[in-house]
Formats: sequence, structure tokens, C-alpha cells
Amino acid sequence: MTATADTTALEFGKARVRKEDARLITGRSRYTDAITPPGTLHVAVVRSPLAHARITSIDTTEAKRAPGVHGVYTVSDLGADEVGMPCAWPITPDQKAPQRPVLAKDTVHFAGEGVAVVVARSAAEAKDAAELVEVDYDPLDPVLDMEAALGEGATLVHPDLGTNESATWVFDSGEAGTGGSVADAIAAAEADPDQVVVRRRFRQQRLVPAFMEPRSCVVDPTGEQMVIYSATQVPHILRTMTTVTLGIPESKLRVIAPDVGGGFGGKIGVLPEEMMTVLLAQKLGRPVKWTETRSESMLTAHHGRDQIQDLTITAKKDGTITGLDVRLLADMGAYLGLVGPGVPVLGAFMFNAIYKVPAYRFQTTNVFTTKTLTDAYRGAGRPEATFGIERIIDELAVELGREPLELREQNWIKHEEFPFTTVCGLTYDSGNYEQATARAKELFDYDALRREQAERRERGDQVQLGIGISTFTEMCGLAPSRVLGSLAYGAGGWEAASIRMLATGKVEVITGASAHGQGHETAFSQIVADKLGVPFEDVEILHGDTASSPKGLDTYGSRSLVVGGIAITMAADKVIEKAKKIAAHLLEADEADIEFSAGQFSVRGTDKGKAIQEIAFAAFMAHDYPEGMEPSLDSDAVYDPENFSFPHGTHLAAMEVDTETGRVNLRHYVCVDDIGNVVNPLIAEGQVHGGLAQGIAQALFEEANYDDQGTLVSGTFVDYTLPSAADLPSFTTEIVSTPATSNPLGVKGVGEAGTIASTPAIVNGVLDAVRHLGVADIQMPTTSQRVWRAIQEAKGRSTQETPVDTHSPGAGLGSIDPNNPQGEVQ
Amino acid sequence: MAEVRVTVDGVNYADEVEPRMLLVQYLRERLGKTGTLIGCDTSNCGACTVHLNGQSVKSCSVLAVQADGGEVLTIEGLARDGELHPVQKAFNECHGLQCGYCTPGMIMAAVDLLGDNPDPDEGEVREGIEGNLCRCTGYQNIVRSVQRAAQMMKPGASAPTETPAPVAGD
Repeated sequence: MTATADTTALEFGKARVRKEDARLITGRSRYTDAITPPGTLHVAVVRSPLAHARITSIDTTEAKRAPGVHGVYTVSDLGADEVGMPCAWPITPDQKAPQRPVLAKDTVHFAGEGVAVVVARSAAEAKDAAELVEVDYDPLDPVLDMEAALGEGATLVHPDLGTNESATWVFDSGEAGTGGSVADAIAAAEADPDQVVVRRRFRQQRLVPAFMEPRSCVVDPTGEQMVIYSATQVPHILRTMTTVTLGIPESKLRVIAPDVGGGFGGKIGVLPEEMMTVLLAQKLGRPVKWTETRSESMLTAHHGRDQIQDLTITAKKDGTITGLDVRLLADMGAYLGLVGPGVPVLGAFMFNAIYKVPAYRFQTTNVFTTKTLTDAYRGAGRPEATFGIERIIDELAVELGREPLELREQNWIKHEEFPFTTVCGLTYDSGNYEQATARAKELFDYDALRREQAERRERGDQVQLGIGISTFTEMCGLAPSRVLGSLAYGAGGWEAASIRMLATGKVEVITGASAHGQGHETAFSQIVADKLGVPFEDVEILHGDTASSPKGLDTYGSRSLVVGGIAITMAADKVIEKAKKIAAHLLEADEADIEFSAGQFSVRGTDKGKAIQEIAFAAFMAHDYPEGMEPSLDSDAVYDPENFSFPHGTHLAAMEVDTETGRVNLRHYVCVDDIGNVVNPLIAEGQVHGGLAQGIAQALFEEANYDDQGTLVSGTFVDYTLPSAADLPSFTTEIVSTPATSNPLGVKGVGEAGTIASTPAIVNGVLDAVRHLGVADIQMPTTSQRVWRAIQEAKGRSTQETPVDTHSPGAGLGSIDPNNPQGEVQ
Repeated sequence: MAEVRVTVDGVNYADEVEPRMLLVQYLRERLGKTGTLIGCDTSNCGACTVHLNGQSVKSCSVLAVQADGGEVLTIEGLARDGELHPVQKAFNECHGLQCGYCTPGMIMAAVDLLGDNPDPDEGEVREGIEGNLCRCTGYQNIVRSVQRAAQMMKPGASAPTETPAPVAGD
């Protein structure tokens, strides 16, 4: 034993391959649909093909006669007329929140909403019988365009609310006392020839989270606790919300999230289908399974993004930013999701990003339409904010004739200025934007690419080069409970952990964070192995089952390590504290003389010592332990962070655009992210890669399109263009570490970083390639068609309008058509 | 009902099935081979990829009866005698999976790809697994995994554990 720890022996920082892989690469996986208790009945949901319609009749006679059918039910048949799905985030006291039913009762409010449900012996029989349910509808006008929905005389999604506006939430730094008045800043800039005012409208299109595992729920009512298996990110929240929604005592419910095939925010909801399956299992007294098809998932699982952003930035002609005003319209869809209304609010504190903005105002107006509801999708509010600010900083650079990276540097918080309290009142604990940017420029060979760009522009090459820049920071590690309380969020942000020291020296760690691909089992094992000085292999991580892990707030918002990991660290400290007392007792030494290092308790200045495993065994035997203490090392901890964490990074994209065809090619992508200390670089890098792919896909490929009748036309993987391996290059990623000072591990969270920064980097790059042709903006996704159209229009040529029912990304109503900016509802 | 006789992961089965039953449904619902997964309804995602007579197929696009008389290899039969296939090993070593849902199909597609092209460059790997979608990894580590497996499977490096059945025309 040496006093100085041998850093090579530490698990923290080691690129361990994942322990959870063994079952996943051999098909020993256990996703929800693989769970079929004996006697399981299967569910098929009859869904509305119309976006907005009154239900005039539902005839279930034929379906009930079909082979294998145990029952066909409407919402009334289930006794669920009064059941409403929970929304946990009333962002304002007067937020309008229509009841979302388990199945539509009188009116359907989006295409795909459930109308009736069939239960049968097999999934195939249930689907066959679902085809036999006759539903008559009286169509109503769909509500598709947010601005039109707020206009006079608009069709109302929920007439009893008297409006399509759910809520308007405002933050004003002048009123909050955290900065100046942006109205004053804009007025001053308009009156001052030495200042500029730049106004832009950006569009965040609708996206489908598109986790690979379709959602599924199996409810087993046999036994004393009803067991709910669900493909969910939030088993603990699901348990509590099932009680809130259906009144079943929480103690009578056990929720298990087994292997879960991705989520990205898309599995954060509490679903009508889950509640329906619980009700059916209760009613029938048998296990019941619901597994959606991919099309059902695209139609009815919540979507992400969908905002119209109006930004105004003011600056002195020397480049100093003086004010930022943000006005959003956010499409909630037909109902409010579990945290949907708060998604734009999560962006409210991030539009100022890494910059010193003296005056800031943010306003979001949340709007109902007859579309699928929106809720969290990777980044949730923060990608939208980062897109807005990084796009308009480029616009400001153009306006001022400045190099865009230099303009950013002029305005960002310098590394020596941390901790820094922003215009929103958040305190960024640490960061070094200079370091990340310098490294990114070096890896990218920024200056050489700028030279190449100039040469190609001068030659008039058909394929032009653009350089896209995005910096970002995010508030993650959701979240300090008191802050969430001040925002009227319906839960805290703590996380729980327990450590059990088994008799044989092995360790069980129980976490309330519920993994669905992140690698918790490996990363948490590394932390515990170091803390307790036990082998990595001796640590078992238990999660995702309320019977073994009764307390937790689950996985979202890059919180598992930053909140859950700290809870585990604190529980380990308590184990050591208890073990130290037993060690002192057994070694006949004063507790103050006991040192703990690398799994060994020793008496200072002697060679006497005992391993933690020996202490665990002694506690188990309990033949000889100190008076006044319980014979156990097991410990619990709950960690409630005092601040968010603030990862940041600089992302650079080399974009090539064919000016004749509009084709866009991502040639090279470099990002340098500062995520604080890194537990496992292999896992961290994987998170960055995946995040980049999703953010890039928003910029280039993906869009959930509705036609003028409110039908989702990108409702399969044929139409919704998820990128394949052939659509993406390899990325150059690097991690630098300015440790967080807000938690004992110095970690910041990495799950959302890649997604947040990459979207604006790509779009800024595409525009940089064609801006000299007169193009000032291109809506996402920047498909060939859109890029080509923008170039033609910049040249003064007319282009044919795209039919709104075109089944291709970027063609439909999801975005503002430049020919018809008010949308389709006239 | 139609009869299907098929060998799956080395075990012979004879079953009566509905003619419309898909191979993937047969594997999951009748044989309990739930390691093969379903990710879409349109044969885009490739999560259900297995080998039929030595070639990768999307088992959602094959009827169970079409496998009659054939030999099916799923992810559950890929490791031999407890020894992982090099592609499985490489996916673990290169962090080629996160949630794991695309993984069985991705691995089966990669094994087939390496059968056709034992030493693919990055572009060939990307084209070769284009029919398998992953939402977690951004594909970079999957590409690395496939190329690492190719190195491991080179003659002299280590013997491939799977011997594909002969295919007509080979």
C-alpha cells in the first residue's frame, strides 16, 4: 500500500468495454415484447385515420365475434371516461391543459389517436379483429399551422378552452433583475448609427425520436403486486403516475423497465396505452401485452422540436452584443405531454449560451394543433436554443462583416471569468471555451479550409465549400429540486442509490437511474470499484425495477452520472464510514487512526490491516462488532444537486454544396467537447457519436410531415429518413476536461452534447457555402430540393411550388413554405 | 395451416403454421427465439436480420413457410461452444452497440458482409450495412467493429467460428 494512488490502477478514466454487451450481442436480451407470462392476452388498438373528427358511432359487433377475441372495448367500456393522462409541468398557473383520454371519447384530436381496443389470444387475432371494428366519423377542420391557430376565428382543437393557446411563459432579465431591459436595448440600437439590429425567423421542424425498440407494455395482474413491464425511460415516474392516474395504491404496483431499446426522450411519457393495458389486465385478471408497430410509433409516440423562433439581436458595430430578444411559438400537438409544455422553457436559459448578453427577454407561446403531441427529444429545449443563437450569431457576423469565430470569441465568457452568473441568473461553474475552440480549429485545419473555400469561390467551382461553426453550452444534470420547484415542475431532481455489501465481499449497487443504452452498468461499476477498492467484476448494478430499486427519478437530461453517479459515490462513502468503525474494533485501534485506501483498512503507522471484503464478512457474521452500531455496511444516499452542470464544446463542419443540384455533402466534422472528468472515454465517445448523428439528421434528413388534412405522411421508415451508415461520415471527436466544481466527481454529462451543437453547425456550413450566391436562409432539413430552390430564388428565377402532399422530407407543412409563409390555413 | 420443417441454430423443428406467418414471428412466438428483434413494419430497419441457408435475410420479409427445408442461423446460434464469433467480440471491443436493439441484426448482416468481402474499406462497410438502421451509435463504432472483425478473421489471425452453408451459385 502506498500513500500516492497509482493512477493506472484506477477504473475512473479507463476505456472499459461494456459489461452489458454480453447479453446484447448474443440475443440473451430481454426487451419488453419478449416477456410473455403464461396466459398472456394481446392488444390491438383501433386508431383514427382522421386528424380531427367527431365519432358518431363505434360498432364492435363483428370484431367481438372474431376468433380468439376476448373483448372489444371503448373508453366507456373500460370505465375510463374520467381518466386523464398526466401533465407534470404547468408552466403557468393558468396553463390550459385539456384532458388526454386513454381512448378518444367523442372527438379525435390527431390522426392515430386510439378509439377502441381489441383483446385476443394472439397479436395476429387482435389485429385481424381490429380491422372489423366499424367507426363512423364526422370530419372537422384540422388545425395545422401555429400562427393561423392563434388567429381570429381559427378552428379550435378543444372548443371548451376557448383558445388554441395553452400558455405563454416569459423571462425578462430587466424584470428579474439579472440584466437590462431588452426593449431598451433594441430602442437604443435602432436610434444609434453605431449599432445594428438583426432580426431573423428560424424554424425547428418536427422530428420523430425513432428509438429502435417500439414501445411495449406487459401487465401481469396475478400476484399481490401488479407487475408492469414497460419499454420506458422512467419506471419510477410510471409507477407514481399510474397511481395518480388510476388510483391503484403505489404499494400495489411494481414497475420493471427491462432492457430498453433506446429512448432519447421519446420514452419519457406516461402512455394512454400503458394505462389501457393496466385497466385491461385488471378487468380480465390475466396478463395483457401491448406492443406497437413502427407506424403506430411514428403516429402516436410523442414527437420532438416544432418551434417557430423569432430572434432579435442587437450589437455595437465593434461586435459587442447588447441585447437578445426571443419569441417562440411551440407546437404542443393535440394535448400536453408529461413534460411537453416545459420543453421550450428548458431552452429559455440557454439562448444566451456562452455569451455575455447584457439584456435578454424570452417568451414562448405554446399552441395546440391537431397533430401528435410533442415532448422531450434529445436535448429538449436546449438544441432549439443553441440553434437559434448560433444561427443568428452567424447572421450578425455577416451583417458586421466579421469572421464568425472571432465574433463569438469577442462575446463569450473568458475562462478566467468563471464562475460566471449569466443574464438568466444561472451560475456557470467552469469552462474553457478558448481551449475547446483552439483544439477544434487545429483538428479541423480551420485556416487551410478557409483558404480552400476562398479559392473555390474565386474559381466559381460548381461544388462550393462552406464552414459551419457552432459553440454550445447546456444546463444539464437535471436538476436541483428547488430550481425545478421554482419552475412549477411536478417533481424533484434528486437521485437515489444504495450499496449492499454481500457476505462474500461482492457488491450490489442499486441506482434509481434507469439505463436504456447508456452503459450505466459499466460506468457505475467503475466508480464503485475505485471508491470501495473492489474489483470491477465484483460490482453488480441493479436498476429499472421498483422492487429492487424502489426509489429513483430515472434517466433523462444527461443526469444519470451527474446526479445518479454522485448518489452512488455518497452511498459508498457511507459504507466506508461504517466499515471503518468495524475495522477499528477488529484491529483494536482508534477509529481516527484507521486509514482507507484501495480496499484496505489499515492502522496508521503499522502493517495491521483488513480488506473491505473481510469487514463485509465480519458484519455479516456479526459475532464481533462495536456496541451501538448495526451489523451492516449497507448504505443509502439521495443526492440533490445544488446547481446544473454546464458542458460545452466547439463544433466545426466542412460542408460541400453542389450549386447546380443543391446536393449537400458533409465532408468533415470535428468537435471538441468539454464534459468535465470522464469515467469511461469509450462510452463518452459513443454518446458523442450518436448525438452528432441525431443532430446532423435534423439538419440534413429528418422531418415529420403532415398533409393538409393533418395526416402524417412520413409515418414509416420508408418516408421518415433516418440516416443509414452510408449517409454519414466518420467524425473527429475529442474531449477536453475542465472539471465541474459543482460535484465531487467533476463530471458534467454527455448524453445530449452532440445533438445540441451539431444541427446549427451543419446549417451554418450549408449557408456559408452558398451565401455568396445571395442565399440568406434555408429551412431544415436542408435537402437538395430546398438548397436548389434557395439558389434559384437568389438568382431571381422562379421555382415551382412543391405540392404539400409530397412524401419527401422538407416538402410539406412541417415548415414554412416561402411561397406561403402563413401556412395552409388562409 | 401449412407445414414447415426447418433447422434453427442447429435444432430441427416441424410445425404447423399459418401461411401468412412471418419467419420472425415464427422464431419469436413459436420457438421463443426472442434474440431476433422487430423494429419496423417495412423491412427498412434490419433488426430482424438472420441467415437463411447462409445468406442474410430480413426475417420480417420472409414467410415461415419459405424457410421450409432450410437452415436458419440467428444471433442466438452464432457463438459456438461458448466462444463468441469474431464479429460479436469486435462489437464488444469497439463499443459497436449502445441500446443493443439493432445489434443482433447488425451483427448478422456484418457476418454476411464479411463472407462476401473479407477486407472491406470504410466505404464498403457503410454501404454493406446500409440496410440496418441504428439510432444510438452514429455508426462510427459499428464500422470500426466490422473492420476489427475482418482483421480478427483474416487467415492466421483466428478461425471464423461460422461455416456458412453452401449457397446455390457459389
